[in-house]
Amino acid sequence: MPILVYAESDQGIFKKSTQELISFARAMADQMNTEVIAAVTQDPSSADLGQYGAHKVLNLENTLLSTFNAELVADALSQVARATGATTVIVSSSANSRYMAPLLAVSLEAGYVPNVIGLPETYTPITVAHNVFTNKATAFTTLQSGISILGLSKNAYGVHQYETNAEITPHEVTLTSSSVEITSLDKASNKVMIADAEVVVSAGRGLKGPENWGMIEELAEVMGAATACSKPVSDLGWRPHSEHVGQTGKPVASNLYIAIGISGAIQHLAGINSSKVKVVINTDPDAPFFKAADYGIVGDAFEIVPDLIQKLREFKAQNA
Amino acid sequence: MKILVCISHVPDTTSKINFNADQTAFDTAGVQYVINPNDEFGLTRALWLKEKQGATIHVVNVGGPETEPTLRKALAIGADEAIRVNQPATDGYSVAQALSAIVQEGQYDLVIAGRESIDYNGGMVPGMLAKICGYAFVNTCIGLEIEGSSVTAVREIDGGKENLKTTLPLVIGGQKGLVEESDLRIPNMRGIMQARTKPLHVKQTENINSMSQTLRYEKPAPKQAVTLVENAEQLINLLHNEAKVI
Ligand SMILES: Cc1cc2nc3c(=O)[nH]c(=O)nc-3n(C[C@H](O)[C@H](O)[C@H](O)COP(=O)(O)OP(=O)(O)OC[C@H]3O[C@@H](n4cnc5c(N)ncnc54)[C@H](O)[C@@H]3O)c2cc1C
Repeated sequence: MPILVYAESDQGIFKKSTQELISFARAMADQMNTEVIAAVTQDPSSADLGQYGAHKVLNLENTLLSTFNAELVADALSQVARATGATTVIVSSSANSRYMAPLLAVSLEAGYVPNVIGLPETYTPITVAHNVFTNKATAFTTLQSGISILGLSKNAYGVHQYETNAEITPHEVTLTSSSVEITSLDKASNKVMIADAEVVVSAGRGLKGPENWGMIEELAEVMGAATACSKPVSDLGWRPHSEHVGQTGKPVASNLYIAIGISGAIQHLAGINSSKVKVVINTDPDAPFFKAADYGIVGDAFEIVPDLIQKLREFKAQNA
Repeated sequence: MKILVCISHVPDTTSKINFNADQTAFDTAGVQYVINPNDEFGLTRALWLKEKQGATIHVVNVGGPETEPTLRKALAIGADEAIRVNQPATDGYSVAQALSAIVQEGQYDLVIAGRESIDYNGGMVPGMLAKICGYAFVNTCIGLEIEGSSVTAVREIDGGKENLKTTLPLVIGGQKGLVEESDLRIPNMRGIMQARTKPLHVKQTENINSMSQTLRYEKPAPKQAVTLVENAEQLINLLHNEAKVI
């Protein structure tokens, strides 16, 4: 029974999280003696997913899929799952996949486990580890359904290389219009998104006011990072809500998280602690963030950050 | 308009997360429970709708009698009636099924749930509920306006937002942005008194099945102590050579 992957792309490019999903599915497929089928809804020209482990790529042909609509994608994927006999579906932890997967689960009468952090510990039935209590604990959950949907946490498995020649075929799906119509989209095209970022530069109330964010944005630019902030900073209107990270904001699972002038309250840490490496810059050596961080500098952000920007520029020039 | 707000009863965000001796269940000893933060934003948005254009607001929770104080708090904040579905919340699917029976019986026009509950972080109940009931669905909803049966909504997406048009009946998965933090209401004495006499119905449902079962929990291994560095240069060096992240 093949494994189906929802291969999300952004402007014709497969996201790193998609590559990771495919590699994860491939490792499962090798255990289960089956194949990986990637379902692609937009621009198939870049559909070279074999190098991450896909055996087949199905290009879902329907103009209604040209922009993301959760209902329609769920409908399309449930048709593909039925047509291919897939009993496992792998989705990412993007906002779109989290929107779509519960709809798909009902269509397929499938169990769905999000925030999965590794390959199953058993395959029949499928038992997986997943984050709960906003990363403060791991649960091991068994799926009791005929079809299982797993939502993989970002950066939990990594991208692996394969030399598979993926066969690409068009696949028709029949869709009717959706009850939800997208009227417009506001999306900064040149900004790194927190959801996809390898590095996140985050700042808190220690920065004193919105006028001091210039150096944070500059640091983020040098590092190719997304910018984020603590909750009070967004509640005060210093930064947009979309930058609020933590238990009640966005989750962060980047390779590197740099916290500047953030105390490290339990609610903040809960949302960011699945990042691989955490750095704190804070004047107060007793700030709780030092207990959660891998590296720390006790010091004034207004001195350290400009220096860090300059030294990073030099480092980049040397390593270019 | 009939509004149903789904209320998840969750440990306060400062709670220590511990499990029982055989690691099979959350240890509730000493834990304070609150309305799930995402649901509280939704409840406040519902109150605004009621005040501006008239509505009745029911709140619902799927769980045991221990969740009733949380429902009473929602009544004290301003909901009209509460429903508790007397069933353990074993997984997202079973909770969505139980809620769907309430939604169908009550013929609600708008169902407001939270994007996710902060305990099990499933984020699946709102979407599953919508699909089971055949309602439209908007997740991570940060803006909602209703006129007659026409709805305009804003959805937070990765890196921006999306404006949507849909119609009632509708389920949303709400979060901060529906209202601001400073708009949240603290129950006052009068509200608390009134909440005592507002109806809290206990209902049973049938034919509920779970799709998954959690076998055990683990807590993360203790972290290594932080490496303190003096300056930017040392930090860059360690991030490059030791952590290998730049
Ligand atoms: C229900 C609930 C949910 C919450 N959810 C979240 C959430 O999702 N995300 C979140 O972030 N918070 C959340 N919070 C808030 C949380 O409890 C903290 O209040 C918040 O994280 C603190 O933000 P902060 O670190 O920016 O500010 P503060 O706690 O004020 O810390 C500022 C830090 O800056 C340091 N500092 C000051 N000057 C400098 C300087 N010149 N250089 C370097 N450092 C300096 C100080 O030493 C201090 O440690 C939540 C709270 C509740 C009750």
